[in-house]
Amino acid sequence: MKKDSHKQSVQTTGHAWDGDLQEFNNPLPRWWLWGFYGTAVFAVIYWVFFPAWPFGTGFTTGVLNDITYTTADGREVTRHWNTRSLLDKEMAQARSDQQQFLDELKGASYADIRTDQRKSAFAYSMAKVLYADNCAACHQAGGAGKVGMYPNLADDAWLWGGNFARIEETIRDGRNGYMPAFRKSLDETQLAEVTDYVLSLSGHAVDVQAAARGKDIFNGQDGGCHLCHTSEATGMVSLGSANLTDSVWTIADVPGQGDIEGKRRAVREVIEHGVSRQMPGWAGRLNEAEIKILTFYVRELGGGA
Amino acid sequence: MKHEQIETNAGLLIVLTLIVISIGGLAEIVPLYFLDGTVEEVKVAGRDTVRPYTPLELRGRDIYQREGCYVCHSQMIRPFRDEALRYGHYSLAAESKYDHPFQWGSKRTGPDLARVGGKYSNQWHVQHLYDPRSVVPESIMPGYPWLLKNNLAYKDINGRMRALKAVGVPYSETQVEYDANVQRFGREAADLLDIHSAEHNLLSQAQSSNYDGNGDTITEMDALVAYLQVLGTMVDFSKFDEGHFAKYR
Repeated sequence: MKKDSHKQSVQTTGHAWDGDLQEFNNPLPRWWLWGFYGTAVFAVIYWVFFPAWPFGTGFTTGVLNDITYTTADGREVTRHWNTRSLLDKEMAQARSDQQQFLDELKGASYADIRTDQRKSAFAYSMAKVLYADNCAACHQAGGAGKVGMYPNLADDAWLWGGNFARIEETIRDGRNGYMPAFRKSLDETQLAEVTDYVLSLSGHAVDVQAAARGKDIFNGQDGGCHLCHTSEATGMVSLGSANLTDSVWTIADVPGQGDIEGKRRAVREVIEHGVSRQMPGWAGRLNEAEIKILTFYVRELGGGA
Repeated sequence: MKHEQIETNAGLLIVLTLIVISIGGLAEIVPLYFLDGTVEEVKVAGRDTVRPYTPLELRGRDIYQREGCYVCHSQMIRPFRDEALRYGHYSLAAESKYDHPFQWGSKRTGPDLARVGGKYSNQWHVQHLYDPRSVVPESIMPGYPWLLKNNLAYKDINGRMRALKAVGVPYSETQVEYDANVQRFGREAADLLDIHSAEHNLLSQAQSSNYDGNGDTITEMDALVAYLQVLGTMVDFSKFDEGHFAKYR
């Protein structure tokens, strides 16, 4: 009964639906109302300090809220507040925080970075992020690569040369690895012979006579393999041609095959179909300091000397 | 007008509701059509460097949409430091001015793709689309192996380009439009935007670049990789001062 009498005292909107359905018309809670007025006041303040109202082909840019920062080439820039300039300022701030380290790295030799703990700590922490964002998709998180697709960076065999200058060049400009397909220029027997010769180079037990004939093809007109792989079959870093005499395989998955027939198939597959691999160049994406840090890191992955 | 009049007249209620809710939209959208800097000018040596997609890239974009790539991947690098470090320069409005619909987005399950062009080799893209976990073990992306099997349908490429032309993308059909494109994008790009040579351009790009590593057929993989490899590559930011594009905001 008490409840009912309370209801009577509250105002309604005056409508009645279906005979007795009514709608209360209570005032808004005070805290809510003042909060609402507060947002309106905030909007007016915001209009003054931040870009807000369009007029004609421009807009009000806000006052007393400029962003000033120094660009990488030393120009001082002042702009009205906007998110793009805010980013530029943040980047400039981060740059100047790191500048002393970057300067030290810039002048340092790789050997110096390696022995100086302060420098190597900085290089490692920065390289980890750079590597994860840019390199790990192909060469995998630990640098082990993918046999058949992306070279292993964690061993000390380097297709394109493993000294710092060569690695730096590889990262900056990218590489195009190419080997022609021989399925048309060599017949079945010749393919089998060259395959046996290639496997014999890394100490696999194969048909010795076939391998001997394969050697002639390798170094002769028919195959011409020696033109890129050299007659010692040790490869050329200028071409990225593989060293066939070690037990490192980047394309044919020889270690992954259980028996010699599997290994033959793996090698033969590559000779038949050739190779076409590309590593993109990073010059447009990474700056010189970043390339240097990555070079250091990648060389270290492979047990740099 | 009385409350009761509005509430008892559905037609009037609809009209008044539409007017009220469109105010917010109109106030935010209409001025953009008049502001100078809404779409940034990106000119190098007097030429627009952002051009519409070539026929093959356009088919790739269609496949990107068909497969719903946009459900997990955005194409909009926001002006934040973490995004700049991971993805590169923030996206410009100009870079998606020929996209209908645009591929921006606020939800990323996978990484942003606005600047994925040139970051990985064609071979990587093919392998990754075929079986993502074979190259990125922790990936949750599904595989799209059928892209390698499906031959690309390109006979209707002219119609697809005309449809985009109808909404303002400068593909050319007449000599006058072609000449305008030569002025604007340079001859090489203008040739690629000519609707009459679309099929020829599509075939020659697919054959010369051979994105999917199979030279015998032109597959949907060719088109999609061609599209991915051009994303974010049309503006050479080294040609502009640091902060140049901030002046448009």
